[in-house]
Amino acid sequence: MSVCAIVEADAAAPGDDPVSPLARVYGEPLAHLPHDLYIPPDAMAVMLDAFEGPLDLLLYLIRRANVNVLDIPMAPLTEQYLTYVEAMRSQNLELAADYLVMAAMLIEIKSRMLLPRPKAPAGDEAEDPRAELVRRLIEYEQMKRAAYGLNELPQAERDFDWVEVWVEKALLRRLPEVSAQDLQNAWRGILRQAKLHTRHLVQREELSVREHMGIILRRLRAAGGFVEFVDLFDPRLGAPVLVVHFLALLELAREHLLEMTQVEAFAPIYLRLADGHGDS
Amino acid sequence: MDTAIPDQPASAELPAQPAERKRVLEAVLLSAREPLSLLELRRVFNDEIASDVLRVLLDELRAEWNGRSLELLPVASGWRFRTRAEFMPYLERLHPEKPPRYSRAVLETLAIIAYRQPVTRGDIEDIRGVSVATQVIRVLEERGWVDVVGHRDTPGRPALLATTRKFLDDLGLRSLAELPELEQINPTLDLADAQQQTPAAG
Repeated sequence: MSVCAIVEADAAAPGDDPVSPLARVYGEPLAHLPHDLYIPPDAMAVMLDAFEGPLDLLLYLIRRANVNVLDIPMAPLTEQYLTYVEAMRSQNLELAADYLVMAAMLIEIKSRMLLPRPKAPAGDEAEDPRAELVRRLIEYEQMKRAAYGLNELPQAERDFDWVEVWVEKALLRRLPEVSAQDLQNAWRGILRQAKLHTRHLVQREELSVREHMGIILRRLRAAGGFVEFVDLFDPRLGAPVLVVHFLALLELAREHLLEMTQVEAFAPIYLRLADGHGDS
Repeated sequence: MDTAIPDQPASAELPAQPAERKRVLEAVLLSAREPLSLLELRRVFNDEIASDVLRVLLDELRAEWNGRSLELLPVASGWRFRTRAEFMPYLERLHPEKPPRYSRAVLETLAIIAYRQPVTRGDIEDIRGVSVATQVIRVLEERGWVDVVGHRDTPGRPALLATTRKFLDDLGLRSLAELPELEQINPTLDLADAQQQTPAAG
C-alpha cells in the first residue's frame, strides 16, 4: 500500500489566491510539497508531549502525509506509529499504555487487510477493516476542531468582564434601618413615662454626656453587648438625666461605638456594641 | 407610641414613557450581579409590561449602548451588561493575574460534553482515545460549566455530564443551539472513491 493521493495539476489557477497552490489533492489546494511519513527521531521527543493521545498522533501522521482519512495507507502508517510508540515506551510507560492499545488495533487492521475479505451473508459489501478506525478518527477530529471553536468564543473573565456597578455591592449587606422618626417616637415614649415619675429635685446635678456615654457602654458590656433601647432608660431619674443619657446614646452612635437596629416599624430598637467585645 | 407612622415608601410610579422605562431597565441591569430574566425584569414594573414590549425596550436599550465600552447581551439566563472584548487588555492591567487558559485536554473534554451531552467519562475517553484525568473534569466543574445530571443505568452507574447554564452565559450563548456548528470533517467514503476515478488533469 502506498500513499495514493490523487494529485491534480492546478490548471485553473485562481488569481485571487496570493499563494498559488502547487497542486490540488482531493480538490484541496496544496501549497507545499508533500512530506513523507518519516519524521526524524530527534524531533520526536519534543513533539511527544504535544499529542493528546493515539488518535491525535494518528491524525497528525495522516495529515502530515497528505493522505485522506478515508483512504489510509495502513502499512506505512502503522510502521510510523510504532516508531513513535517505541520512543514513548522508552520515555514514559504510563503514557504509552493508551498508545499500545491503538498499536494493537492498527496491526490488526493491517493484517485483516492482507486477507481476502469474507463476503457478508446478506450480500452487502464487506466492511472495510479500517471503517471503525476512520469513524473514530473523524469523530475525534470533529471534537478537536469543536474545542478550537469553543476556545474562539469570547469567554467571561478571559475576553470580557460582567458589569457590576458599585451600588449593588453596597446593597449586599443590608442592615435594618432606623429612621429619625423611630428614634423620636421611642424617645417620646420614654419622656411620657418620665412624666409619670416626676420628682422634685432641688439638687443641682452636673451631667456629662461623656460620662453617660461611659455608663451606656458599661451597661451594654455588662448585658453582653446587647440591650433594648427602652431598658437603657430609667424614667425615675428624671428628664435631665434622660436627656443627657439620650444625647450620650446619639453621640455613641455617631462615633460608631454602638449600632442601633430595628427589624421593622414599631419593633423594639436594639443597641449593640460595635466593637463586638460584649460577646463574652 | 401614638404617633402615626408614615407609610412605607410608596411603591414607585410606573414610568409611562419608554425612555424612562429604559432608564429603569438600565439601572436594574447595571446593578445586577446575575443575568436578569424577562420574568424578573417584568417584576420591576409590577408585571404591568408585557414580555414582548419589554423585549423591544431591551433591544432598543441594547442599540443605545452601541459604541460604548459596555454592551447589553442576552444570554441563557437573561440579559446582562458586559465589557466589550476590546477593553479586556486594559482591564487586565489592573488585575495582573492571568485569565484562565485551558489545556487542549480540558477544551476537548468540554467540547465533547457540550456537543454530545449527556456523556459519561467513558464516552469522552472513547472519543478522545485516552483516559480522562479526574483533574480535567474537576477544572470544568469548579468553573461551574459542567455538572452531573444523572447516572447511566449500566454497571457502575457512571455519572452523566452536561454543560450548565453558566457555561452558556459565560460564552455569551442563549442556548446550546448557538454553539458553533460542527465542521464536516471529510467527504464520505463514496465521494473519496469517486474522486479517485477522476482522471488526473494535466
